[in-house]
Amino acid sequence: MSVTVKFFASLRERIGESQRIVDDAVGKTVSALWTEISSQPSDDIVMCAINQEYVAQNTLIKEDDEVAFFPPVTGG
Amino acid sequence: MRIEIRELPFDPWDELKACERDMQSLSGQFGATASFVGTMRDFNEGDNVKTMQLEHYPGMTESSLEKIAADVSQQYETLDTLIIHRVGEINPGDSIVLVAVWTAHRAAAFKACRELMEQLKSKAPFWKKETLSNSERWVEKNTPG
Repeated sequence: MSVTVKFFASLRERIGESQRIVDDAVGKTVSALWTEISSQPSDDIVMCAINQEYVAQNTLIKEDDEVAFFPPVTGG
Repeated sequence: MRIEIRELPFDPWDELKACERDMQSLSGQFGATASFVGTMRDFNEGDNVKTMQLEHYPGMTESSLEKIAADVSQQYETLDTLIIHRVGEINPGDSIVLVAVWTAHRAAAFKACRELMEQLKSKAPFWKKETLSNSERWVEKNTPG
């Protein structure tokens, strides 16, 4: 049971890769996954999406989800 | 509704003209068109900015803009909506974003155009990285509207 995890912008640079496959993420919250990956407590600055839609930090990850972490958006 | 992500520079006025040409079926129905063009500055927070990289989340960017456009369209009864947004390497003077709406009356056009831009800036997954004279930096937050 694996999920794809994507990182964008400053978080991509901090983590050092744009994407990874994580085998033991199912059933965890997105904030718990971020804490594991980044070795830092989750904070409000990190935004998260599952299957390309914004989700709350306490959302549970399911099999085959595409999880994404990124900083506040700055387009336009 | 037309939503496009562009990797190459575009002329917003040519795009508006082309869009209206394709809207012949709406001719006579709209009485107001409001548009907004965001252009890259060569300065930010007191520093000269030489160039900028605009990153996005392919897939989520398009679906996010479609949702924003659909919500605003429903709220203000727009007849049509156009959003074009650049990604990749951008230079000062380049257009970054074009938003345009067509409505029956002017109040809805102004409000819908503004609302589209505000939602785009707070929700659509784009990120800017500026190249200064001797360094690079991520833009961390939007300037107040």
